Amino acid sequence: MSSFFSGWSWKMAWRDARSNKKRLFVYISAIIIGVAAQVAITSFRDSLNTTIDNQSKELLGADLEIETEQAPPDTLTSYFKKLGGEQAQITEFPSMVLFPKEGNSRLSNIRALKGNFPFYGSLETIPAAAASHFKSDTTALVDQALMTQFNIEVGDSVKVGRLTLAISGAITKVPGEAAAASMIGPRVFIPHSILDSTNLIQRGSRIEYKQYFKFSDGRDLDPIETKLDSLEESLAIDIDYETVEERREEIGEAVGNLGKFLNLVGFIALLLGGIGVASSIHVYINQKIETASVLRCFGASSNQTMSIFLIQAVVLGFLGALAGTILGIGLQYLLPGLVSDFLPVTVELTVSWLAIGLGLFTGTGVALAFALLPLLALRKSSPLYALRTIEKSITSLLSRKTKVIIYFIITLTVMGYASLLTESLLIGTVFTVGMLVSFGLLLLVAKGLMILVRRFFPSHWTYVWRQGLANLYRPHNQTTTLMLSLGLGMLLVSTLYFSQDMLMKELDFATREDAPNLIFFDIQPDQNQGINEILNEQNAPVIQNVPMVTMRLDSLRGRGTQEIAEDTTTEVRGWALRREYRSTYRDSLISSETLLKGEWIGQAPDTGRVPVSAAKEIAEDLNLSVGDFLTFDVQGVPIEAYVGSIREVDFQRVQPNFFMLFPTGVLEPAPQIYVTVTRAPNQEVSAKLQQSVVRKYPNVSAINVSRILETINQFIDKISFAIQFMALFSIVTGLIVLASSVATSRFQRIKESVLLRTIGASKKQILQILSVEYLFLGILSALTGLILSLGATGLLGYFYFDITFTPNLWVIFVGTAVLTGLTILIGMFNSRSIYKKTPLEVLRKEAT
Amino acid sequence: MGSKPILEVTNLTQQFNNGDHKLTVLDHVDFSVQEETICSVVGPSGSGKTTLLGLCAGLDRPTLGEVSLNGVPLGPLNEDERAEVRNKHVGFVFQTFQLVPTLTALENVMVPLELRGRRSSEVQHEAEELLKKVGLADRFQHYPTQLSGGEQQRVAIARAFINEPKILFADEPTGNLDEETGSKIEDLLFDLNRSLGTTLILVTHDLSLAQQCQRIIRLKNGKIFKDEWVTTPEAEQLK
Repeated sequence: MSSFFSGWSWKMAWRDARSNKKRLFVYISAIIIGVAAQVAITSFRDSLNTTIDNQSKELLGADLEIETEQAPPDTLTSYFKKLGGEQAQITEFPSMVLFPKEGNSRLSNIRALKGNFPFYGSLETIPAAAASHFKSDTTALVDQALMTQFNIEVGDSVKVGRLTLAISGAITKVPGEAAAASMIGPRVFIPHSILDSTNLIQRGSRIEYKQYFKFSDGRDLDPIETKLDSLEESLAIDIDYETVEERREEIGEAVGNLGKFLNLVGFIALLLGGIGVASSIHVYINQKIETASVLRCFGASSNQTMSIFLIQAVVLGFLGALAGTILGIGLQYLLPGLVSDFLPVTVELTVSWLAIGLGLFTGTGVALAFALLPLLALRKSSPLYALRTIEKSITSLLSRKTKVIIYFIITLTVMGYASLLTESLLIGTVFTVGMLVSFGLLLLVAKGLMILVRRFFPSHWTYVWRQGLANLYRPHNQTTTLMLSLGLGMLLVSTLYFSQDMLMKELDFATREDAPNLIFFDIQPDQNQGINEILNEQNAPVIQNVPMVTMRLDSLRGRGTQEIAEDTTTEVRGWALRREYRSTYRDSLISSETLLKGEWIGQAPDTGRVPVSAAKEIAEDLNLSVGDFLTFDVQGVPIEAYVGSIREVDFQRVQPNFFMLFPTGVLEPAPQIYVTVTRAPNQEVSAKLQQSVVRKYPNVSAINVSRILETINQFIDKISFAIQFMALFSIVTGLIVLASSVATSRFQRIKESVLLRTIGASKKQILQILSVEYLFLGILSALTGLILSLGATGLLGYFYFDITFTPNLWVIFVGTAVLTGLTILIGMFNSRSIYKKTPLEVLRKEAT
Repeated sequence: MGSKPILEVTNLTQQFNNGDHKLTVLDHVDFSVQEETICSVVGPSGSGKTTLLGLCAGLDRPTLGEVSLNGVPLGPLNEDERAEVRNKHVGFVFQTFQLVPTLTALENVMVPLELRGRRSSEVQHEAEELLKKVGLADRFQHYPTQLSGGEQQRVAIARAFINEPKILFADEPTGNLDEETGSKIEDLLFDLNRSLGTTLILVTHDLSLAQQCQRIIRLKNGKIFKDEWVTTPEAEQLK
């Protein structure tokens, strides 16, 4: 170690690096992008966490939120009064809104607001004053995205239920909510005072009642939480509450997961860079064996010789890391643009010292770790090589044991770092094993392809083609490394595209002939006939028209659901116990249902338990068998039932599907709403249908399936863009590795081309040979990634999405073309000195 | 010529594993060289000349036998201890010059002294003087690729002499040079050797060069087949 700090080693390292500066920098540049990705993401994560911490109160908008799914009973409201502080109230529910300007309608998220919510942060609108005035003006605030979509301006009107209100402002930001929320349910704020007049609060509607509190006395919230728990039990209603701390943790966790994921994708780029560094340093050190041997002849110790190159690796690793860190700090300003729609806060970007430290440390560490093998091998090189040239690769000097130990150390470092990034040893381990398997498979495919091409390459092809191909097999060439890094980038990007394509094809049901594309729900029994008539008038078929009754599970096999939920030994899933069941009744099964077990009974007996049919999924979650007793609470009325049968339900069909199916003869008298499924032949008819229904029955909501599809597509697009951006890092790294590999083998290439020129090859031929080499390299790398990507997407489809995957040829074609094009471009650009200058000029210059 | 042996080689044997059978490159070689002697080792290709040189300089370990340099047996020393012995007592001149391509002529010459821990500012003057002596006063800052073959070998000779070695090993020092340049290099080598009183072990297959030495050890098939003292006028002059 002392030689590392000796002045002579540093001086020699500098002297040696002096004339190799450009070349050495190329070696190390492979890690720049990886470090940049790490720094950008870590810094962004750090800024985001700080923002969430700083704005934690704004995330909830209050100190405490209490939510019930029914109007709070008197006991609760009087408790609210007793709590004091400043209070506000929001009644939130989904409903159709209609814009009379062009007659557009859209299912929205209506929020009736009373009081000065948010207490912290602000509801941002254009114009800004609208946020505070709309309650007194009796106007509405509408999500800006929705207004843009329908070409609505401030001053136009919106029909909410029976009321038509003027729009006084466009909502740009709701505290604690991501912009993407508007894609799922565009938000419409109305004053609470007019809620009743909308006539939208009806039986069967899904309504959330939220009460907000601001305590200026810094009150301890624990006793309140305890009291609310006991009220929940005594009143037998669901009471959810959330404090600032809980909201912060919840959001912090979601954001943290996103950050961890992006960090890992960035880490892949860094690892690829590491492999690039390893392979460049390997070639570099191989060229330094003679120098090292001469120094040994004149009395340098093995440690002294190694130190010279170790110093170079450390210093260059540090410089690469520094460059990457600076780039990363710049890049972090791009990240918010990619993910801002999914974030509930506007990130205040700061330069994170943690990220800088981490970037410098990991960059240097990775460069060093991956340079370790050739460096240690150099220690083993004999001074005798000054007399006799060594023909073998330097790493063959290391014993198998040493190599295994080094690989083990590298794997352990990767695992440790991945665990650190994800704060989970399990994920870190899974990631490392996953990377090892992927690298292994990529290597296998790369090697396999190279063997196949060599074996089956037509021998009668012209010399230029044969020579270009043969160049790939040049000794010490980095073809495999390149195929690995470019292939991995290709694998990531194409798997993303394939999966997206596969999912979108599957979701593309709306365009299928005869498939339902419009669903009306929340239809009151007395409106059902009217709606069916509207559909008939527009020639839209009533594909399904089913009643729906809401109920809860009260007991299971004689045990109360509360009791089961508290029993930690039970295998029953909590959500299945607590959820609200929306069930229907009929006398027969329909085409999307298949009986699996038991017997379907279509008519309930006059007395005794009711035979119900459970869907396979819910039967599994509730651990149900045929014959098990159940008690349902149908809006206050207990109904004794038993599992008569278990069905398989095709939930992917666009129609209401039910976990619990009742026979006829029981639920008819229960309060119910109807759902109607139809198919509008085109968007025009669809819009017309929605308008007619909303005008006549404002409480009825419609889901336009094509619109949902569009939304999902937009959503996936946005998410995959963020992932693609990260995958780009590995492709860029791959291309840098390519550039550095060309630089590394430059001398070899020059010697070859000079030889060829000397024996009469023209510049054009040299150019062609090089292009052919990069053409093959690009195609083979793309194929390496594609083969694995096809396999990965196929498995993903089969095991995860349950979809048969048919590859999109465009992805294959465009992907291969782009990667090959880039490879040729970068390769040729970096080889320009080889074919542009005269042989002698090149030899004199490059030999140094 | 002094009376103390500077190099003693006893029963030196070197074998390499070549697949199933062993290849004996040096076979029980014994000889010793007195201080200030100029000795050449000659023999056809594959006779074991370079292997013998490598072993004598402690660049490799023999299968059998012992080498003592300046009275220090190399056998018990590890790699780094042998490197230290080389740094103190040994100089090298190679057929392919073996200058470090990334160092200037001056820096190449300074390396052996710097390895002793001396500052470059201290040793620079000595290196410059030596480079002047070999006729490269105007080439200090040139890199090896900017020098001709003869000039490179002059730098190598300067480097070999800078630590005032007791013994200098030269492996075909003129092998890569034309006749005229080669002859100048020979003269330079012998002149420096004489003025500094160094022992010279010269490996060559150039018999006319060997004839200029005081002693010729002829190797054949790994064995010394003739060890003779030369009586040519040039050799006599060296005495």
